[in-house]
Amino acid sequence: MALERSDVEKIAHLARLGLVEADLPRTTEALNSILGLVDLMQAVDTRGIEPLAHPLEANQRLRADAVTERNHREAYQSIAPAVENGLYLVPKVID
Amino acid sequence: MHQMTLAEIARGLADKKFSSEELTRTLLARIAQLDPQLNSFISLTEDLALSQAKAADVRRAAGENGALLGAPIAHKDLFCTQGIRTSCGSKMLDNFKAPYDATVVAKLAAAGTVTLGKTNMDEFAMGSGNESSYYGPAKNPWNLEHVPGGSSGGSAAAVAARLLPAATGTDTGGSIRQPAALTNLTGLKPTYGRVSRWGMIAYASSLDQGGPLARTAEDCALLLQGMAGFDPQDSTSIDEPVPDYSASLGTSIQGLRIGVPKEYFSAGLDPRIADLIQASIKALEKLGAIIKEISLPNMQHAIPAYYVIAPAEASSNLSRFDGVRFGYRCEDPKDLTDLYKRSRGEGFGAEVQRRILVGAYALSAGYYDAYYLQAQKIRRLIKNDFMAAFNEVDIILGPTTPNPAWKIGAKNSDPVAEYLEDVYTITANLAGLPGLSMPAGFVDGLPVGVQLLAPYFQEGRLLNVAHQYQLNTDWHTRTPEGF
Repeated sequence: MALERSDVEKIAHLARLGLVEADLPRTTEALNSILGLVDLMQAVDTRGIEPLAHPLEANQRLRADAVTERNHREAYQSIAPAVENGLYLVPKVID
Repeated sequence: MHQMTLAEIARGLADKKFSSEELTRTLLARIAQLDPQLNSFISLTEDLALSQAKAADVRRAAGENGALLGAPIAHKDLFCTQGIRTSCGSKMLDNFKAPYDATVVAKLAAAGTVTLGKTNMDEFAMGSGNESSYYGPAKNPWNLEHVPGGSSGGSAAAVAARLLPAATGTDTGGSIRQPAALTNLTGLKPTYGRVSRWGMIAYASSLDQGGPLARTAEDCALLLQGMAGFDPQDSTSIDEPVPDYSASLGTSIQGLRIGVPKEYFSAGLDPRIADLIQASIKALEKLGAIIKEISLPNMQHAIPAYYVIAPAEASSNLSRFDGVRFGYRCEDPKDLTDLYKRSRGEGFGAEVQRRILVGAYALSAGYYDAYYLQAQKIRRLIKNDFMAAFNEVDIILGPTTPNPAWKIGAKNSDPVAEYLEDVYTITANLAGLPGLSMPAGFVDGLPVGVQLLAPYFQEGRLLNVAHQYQLNTDWHTRTPEGF
């Protein structure tokens, strides 16, 4: 199934990715070429095969529920695009 | 002085033939002179380098003698370096000064390495030619019109051109081994979980692994020794003792069983590369290795599965770049959605955008089973193939790449053409196995690599075989003209 331009616009919205209008035909073509490669997978018989998420099948390690971090707010906010009084600034969300 | 390997530098520093500061100044001058041709560095860190070199000289004068004490290296620009730009090859992070050091950076600094700079790379490590970098392509010192491979292309170009003896890289689908092959270096991707990923900017978290690029296996052993080990900060780090990699280099390979998968030599492999691989097999046979034909029947499914798993994980990982907390923010956003969309649309390059879109699609409602789950099932088939093969053989050998380095721009029109270059390297990432590429000869003046794969945590075996090979061949000693 080939993606249409409208599909690409929908996926781009899901990914919060602003595409340049003029690039859409080229992007659609490239995605269809990639999905053509990926679709070769569908011919593989994987009945009864368990999916493999971690190559060594390790489980997520747990740690003690203890405070180990100190406050880094100043260091982290020093590289932010816009901050004020310790808060990150974004455009107004609700009028 | 610039021709020395890490091992030779360690001996020279121990014998007081030169100081780390002298060596560092020599290499910084060489970089200033030659890097404009190569574009292998995104940032130089001269001040840091000189202060680390002086500190290493002081430590050595006080009696310390570590193999990496005072050794000059560079980091791929996706390892976070505190207070220093960590761009990941992207406009998105062009202004990003990391607030902390990656574990790899901190460990190597503690061992006394001297950081000369941050090396060029494909944007967010997505690419095989270093052409997707926001800072422009790095060039292959063997032919400046050709790519050095990717995504750790800057590290490879810099080490191959003798700007420095070794550098760090990362490998998600071949990004250490492939550039090593294309520039006549030795490069090692460790077992998944062997080297900490903390502070290593994530591309595909279940595949990414850091490792060394250097000219010899002996040097890779030294650098890996400084990188490897359990890290509680990385939840996928494996708590497994780190052996002395240099100690096993000298072991004889008499009786070593080498498996050669018959699938490796099918259509698509440059026949001249096939001949060089056969020659490397002969050389190892002469050293006492036993060659066996094996089969990896699911290998052909690896690229399709990889191009679901890696983009899916990337689309999730890269959602953190939102223009709010760090990195690029667009001008005059009209609302929050516009801020997200334009910051990401303007901050990410074309290949990163494509992979985010493929990943978002593969994970979206209605497609998850057909894409992500099917890819993970194929991942198990590929792992099972390797487990069966390693019941019969000790290592697996084959080409690292199907072709030598291509001309810059030659694959720009079709991303899939570039993806296919990773056919031999991707399987090790999907299975989490360690892999090494080492020099095996030349085609049209361009280097060719031979790849070795081993069972989990057998990095020492890979380095041992590569070292024995390098004691008996001289491909790895060849230097590109003009460097």
